Amino acid sequence: MAKTLVFLEHHEGAVQKGSLGVLAKAAQIGGEFAGAVVGSEVRAVAESAGGTVWVADDARLAAPLPQPRVDVLAKLVRDEGYDTVLFAQSVLAADIAAGLAARLGAGLNWGLVDFDGETGTAPALQDTVVVDVGWSTPVRIGIFRAGALDAEALTDTADVRDAAVQLEDFSTAAEMVEQAHAEQQGPSIEDAEIIVAGGRGLGEPEKFALAEELARALGGAVAATRAVVDAGWYPYSAQVGQTGKTVSPKLYVALGISGAIQHKVGMQGSNVIVAINKDPNAPIFEYSDLGVVGDLHEIVPRLTELVRSRKS
Amino acid sequence: MSIRPSEYPPPWSTSDAIAAPTDPVEERIDVGFLIVGAGPAGLAAAIRLGQLIEESPATAERLGEVPVAVLEKGKAPGAHLLSGAVVNPRGLQRLFKGRKRIEEMPFYGEVHGESVLFMTKRRAVRIPTPPTMVNHRNYVASVSQLGRWLAEEAEELGVTILPETSAEQLLVDGGRVIGVRTGDRGRGRGGEELGNFEPGSDIAARVTILAEGTQGHLTGAALERFGLRGENPQVWALGVKEVWRVAKPLDQVIHTMGWPLRAAKRYREFGGSFVYPMGDDMVTIGMVVGLDYRDTELSVHDLLQELKTHPRIKRILEGGERVQWGAKTIPEGGFVALPSHFHAPGLLLCGDGVGLVNVPALKGIHYAVESGRLAAEAAWRTLARGESMRSALASYDESLRRSFIWSDLREVRNMRQAFGRGFYVGGALAGAMTASKGRFPPRDAPTERDADQSLIGTDRAASYPAADGKLVFDKLSSVFASGNRTRDDQPNHIRIQEKVPRELAELWAHMCPAQVYEVGEADGDGTVRVKLAPSNCVQCGAITAKGGRLTPPEGGSGPEYTVT
Amino acid sequence: MKIAVCVKAVPDAASGRRIDPATKRLDRSGELAISDFDTYAVEEGLRLKEASGEGEVVVVSMGPEKAMDALRKALAMGADRAVLITDSALENADVLGTAAALAGALENEGADLVLFGQQSADGGGACLWAAVAEKLRYPVVSQVSELTVGDGSLTGKRQTEFGYDTIRAPMPAIVAVSDAINTPRYPSLKGIMGAKKKPQQTLAASGAAEPGTTVVALNPPPPRGEAQKFDDDGSAADRIVEFLAEKRLV
Repeated sequence: MAKTLVFLEHHEGAVQKGSLGVLAKAAQIGGEFAGAVVGSEVRAVAESAGGTVWVADDARLAAPLPQPRVDVLAKLVRDEGYDTVLFAQSVLAADIAAGLAARLGAGLNWGLVDFDGETGTAPALQDTVVVDVGWSTPVRIGIFRAGALDAEALTDTADVRDAAVQLEDFSTAAEMVEQAHAEQQGPSIEDAEIIVAGGRGLGEPEKFALAEELARALGGAVAATRAVVDAGWYPYSAQVGQTGKTVSPKLYVALGISGAIQHKVGMQGSNVIVAINKDPNAPIFEYSDLGVVGDLHEIVPRLTELVRSRKS
Repeated sequence: MSIRPSEYPPPWSTSDAIAAPTDPVEERIDVGFLIVGAGPAGLAAAIRLGQLIEESPATAERLGEVPVAVLEKGKAPGAHLLSGAVVNPRGLQRLFKGRKRIEEMPFYGEVHGESVLFMTKRRAVRIPTPPTMVNHRNYVASVSQLGRWLAEEAEELGVTILPETSAEQLLVDGGRVIGVRTGDRGRGRGGEELGNFEPGSDIAARVTILAEGTQGHLTGAALERFGLRGENPQVWALGVKEVWRVAKPLDQVIHTMGWPLRAAKRYREFGGSFVYPMGDDMVTIGMVVGLDYRDTELSVHDLLQELKTHPRIKRILEGGERVQWGAKTIPEGGFVALPSHFHAPGLLLCGDGVGLVNVPALKGIHYAVESGRLAAEAAWRTLARGESMRSALASYDESLRRSFIWSDLREVRNMRQAFGRGFYVGGALAGAMTASKGRFPPRDAPTERDADQSLIGTDRAASYPAADGKLVFDKLSSVFASGNRTRDDQPNHIRIQEKVPRELAELWAHMCPAQVYEVGEADGDGTVRVKLAPSNCVQCGAITAKGGRLTPPEGGSGPEYTVT
Repeated sequence: MKIAVCVKAVPDAASGRRIDPATKRLDRSGELAISDFDTYAVEEGLRLKEASGEGEVVVVSMGPEKAMDALRKALAMGADRAVLITDSALENADVLGTAAALAGALENEGADLVLFGQQSADGGGACLWAAVAEKLRYPVVSQVSELTVGDGSLTGKRQTEFGYDTIRAPMPAIVAVSDAINTPRYPSLKGIMGAKKKPQQTLAASGAAEPGTTVVALNPPPPRGEAQKFDDDGSAADRIVEFLAEKRLV
């Protein structure tokens, strides 16, 4: 049976949703498992996690930098005999996972959407193929794709244990001069879990307000098709598609978008696709999960209202 | 309704493509011989020059550090090459005489069987193969792949190939071509310089060889500037083709005539289709239609889709999958539309750019290769002591006239024009021409410009099949399948009048296989605005034949063909 | 200052990225080109060298012999030298093998700064630099959208999900740059023509490592499941919200 360690990334006092999802997955797999919280003055965070949680609490770990965390996790793996280390994708997690893989000579598979204890599942090539991946090393490391797992808090009270902190010289060479503050403008489209995208069906540039309002209500970002960017309705930085950005959010709402292949290849990896278009033959309906044939100018304001009232 | 596209000429003139050098001399790039276009003609010229350099290195020293340079506007050699193709190996055999055997060339196999089918909506009747179309001892090839192979051969001989580089202007100084100016890169949609703006350069050479292919940008300007036009204007056909991976091998080369083209004279629909095997597991299928057609709703892209629904064709593609798509124009004027001369001071012209295509035999690649080889020999002669530049370059014309290119084209010289009179009359005339080996008719028929044909409207578009994503595809999917991922944020490279009668806008919208043109808002006076999506463009050249003008976009743009 | 830029030659998008059913790995038999993401790293290396007025930019890559053609683009942009680690033993190398091979070559180079692009254009991985940093025992900063270098140390603005961190590290160090950092230049014609003459070196792998991962199977993507489509009869907004709620998206 696997003995799994899950890196619990935290920010401003709370464990990240993604990490909780991975922790829940570890519970599902069976065998022994534990979370690991690394930072400074983070005992309370460890306690909030549930299950067995290692905490490495040291002033030198205050900044969310990857290399000291490699030291902590590597020692835990060696001392406690973990054979599986799992992460939820983030900039920090990817750096830690790869450093740890090199430290331990452990195989690393990323982009996972599932794992059964032996084999992982990872989409590849812009989600056109799904690969079953394995490991050939005694220790296995895996990174789960953002949004792939549902966060479920573990209900049992946390059994917090102290992890030793022994840091290499080179691990502490980089220092945080100024740490990031929470962004006010909302997520960039590549990181967003929810995207509302507008196409020519919006009719005119002013109508992008409909997409913006809905995005705000859902807590997501706004994207645009090549056609409307070409026409100057929205900036190129928001363009999704073959010659724009590729995104794979949990939810993609396409407003007035016909869905030609040039657009499709930029968003086909989205978990759930909802499309609203007045043309019943629009290609987007061939690959959306929920297709609504209708007038977005009537549907979207009402939808936004409903979402807002649900959230309050 | 009887408007003609030529009544709405594009805002463009030859002088836009001709200029004096502007770079200071120390910034100018100097090469020995400059070739524009890494297609069969350009690379054949490059390879021949490379061979001559190998044989006489001392003479070659006069060419400087870069003896031979080839400019290619596509992402890599082959990216913009498209043809059927069944190739007569003669040109390549002469080019590689003593160096390579046919088995070493990238062909898909010798033609073993062939048939010509006359199609109706539901049936296909085999008709005797016209003598001009017999393909015995010819080879199926992908001209894109051939281009890549020729480029490798050229590089091995020390030729410098510069991809993603467009040739925007011919540099003329003192009445002589001294080189070309390459296009800028890194301009935004409004022409503004972006962060990574890289201006074009003046490239100077002893001799410039233009091998730009159909609708050659600088070739057209040169013909005008140096008074090289022949008596008859050039005419073109638009070819649209697909490459398919198939479940069952195809054992023969097929050409079709008839459906879905209409035979009546007033439509002027001259053309047909081809289906060629490419090895055991691939097939290429294409539709070729003369651009002198008149129906505003005619779409060669969609006629190809329609063709595929015919039972005889459908079964060839059953269980298969489309792997590539592309489109390109073919010069069809033949002998009577050739320029009066193929050289000018400092300049030589080869290949499709000057119309060296045998229309009834559907062959042009071996003429391109041979013309490139002959151009190289003439260019080399400019290094010979005791011969003037002028007579060395003039020797190119002489060698062309003595070559098999000339005699072949002369023999079939009126065939295409005959078909302007409808399929049945044309067929009869073509038969007479072949039987007489070109002595009939006694007087050459003039060609009429494609853009001078008056437009008619039918409801043709209603019969085009709906896209299903498996057998029948829409234009945007096809553009995707050409490998086109052109940067959107660049200046528009299409020159047309943007406020035109509705019929003309509709003509362009249906004509363009890449959906570049769209009928926009009506202005209330019978005209409409034309909306453009220039980054869809696969640079086929059809617009130049039908009232507008294609200019080269930023280098590296356009399709990325590999097996067309 | 000596700057090494690690780049990868990947199958050209146009020739079609596909998985070879026989090896279950990416088919690398076609044309290769420098990964787009890596061109930002090359550009950054060139800018830093130009700003300091001296130094050398070396591109380092691991791949088959024909990858050298792709490396020439970096030379055409202005890099001084190309080093290609090529070895049949590395054909199916994963992160571990690649990191070991690159670290071996980089150790020889002794660069002050090692740059990477933000992710792999074909495999989609975004972490190789951290493994290389571990092998070399250098500090590493990733997702850098602004970089300044001077006095034996560097300062980078790192872009994370939460905003921008400012991080300082002594050199030698490894930095992975994001595509927000600059706009890569087009190679000039003179650059392209001069690329052939610049030193291009091929090395065998010095530190090989067995792959730590395996590919068990390839599957087509799962069908999207029950797709629903309906005409709006006035209740569309409500039905959409219901659907989103079921999926726990609101």
